[in-house]
Amino acid sequence: MARLIRMDGTGHTTVAEWTAEDERAVEAAVAAFREQLDAGYYAVVSEGEGQARQVDELPLDAPLVILRRPIAGG
Amino acid sequence: MTAEPLSETAAVYWRPRVDDDRLVRRGRIWTLTTVVHTIPYAIAAVVLFALEPLTAPLGAILLAHAWVIPALYAQRGANVLRRRPRAAAGPERTALGLLGDLVGHRARELHARTGLVLERGALGVWLVGETGAVLVRPGGRRVHCWCVHVEDRTMPSADRIAHLLLALRTDEHGFATVANLAFSGARRRVRRRLPAAMRPALDEAGRAAASRR
Repeated sequence: MARLIRMDGTGHTTVAEWTAEDERAVEAAVAAFREQLDAGYYAVVSEGEGQARQVDELPLDAPLVILRRPIAGG
Repeated sequence: MTAEPLSETAAVYWRPRVDDDRLVRRGRIWTLTTVVHTIPYAIAAVVLFALEPLTAPLGAILLAHAWVIPALYAQRGANVLRRRPRAAAGPERTALGLLGDLVGHRARELHARTGLVLERGALGVWLVGETGAVLVRPGGRRVHCWCVHVEDRTMPSADRIAHLLLALRTDEHGFATVANLAFSGARRRVRRRLPAAMRPALDEAGRAAASRR
């Protein structure tokens, strides 16, 4: 089962879970994903050691999508 | 690492994007600035002493200035890796699990010992901490110390590192563009100002960078 998680004060929170076959779960995950991006989070897919990709659409085939806050210098 | 630009670079649109040549230039400028800040004090001390040996106490003060200015800069570099107060045990454990999933066994083990994550990049070898990162350049002698953080004080330490690590992996050059350069200079100068527990991480990064001349 694929997961959308958000890094936060609890360590991380699972925002949504889905499988490609479960349409309702996919719809809920896409809606939750959009909501988190609107709240200012960035979504990142880890692609193995040393590699990550920021995404603007929920990649349904990714096993794990991580939501992170913006970073800043200083 | 992928070439997609980091979204946060839009917030610092006036900064030129960091690349290898720019890092070399910034390193040289940093060294030159340090020399300009220190040499006049040393020259003044020597000249005053040559003219009038009774000015020796004043010369000593000037030489102390010449020593302390680069020392403060190096301390500022070491400070980018300082640790912040821990969150509660539960969130820290949860965050550590996620960070552990993002890195390999060796990086996990190094993090457990030092609190820092070693990451190899195109610009050199990075040590990622909670409030900044140190880039050890190929050759292993020069470091660039960057202040960069996630804006959430409640976040567990491993999540703070994971934020920086994911941003770094998304766009290494963009990461260095967003971050504020706190120091550039010799690795040994930063090393001796780090807490003893962190020094093995800088040593390992130095070895890894030395093999990439």
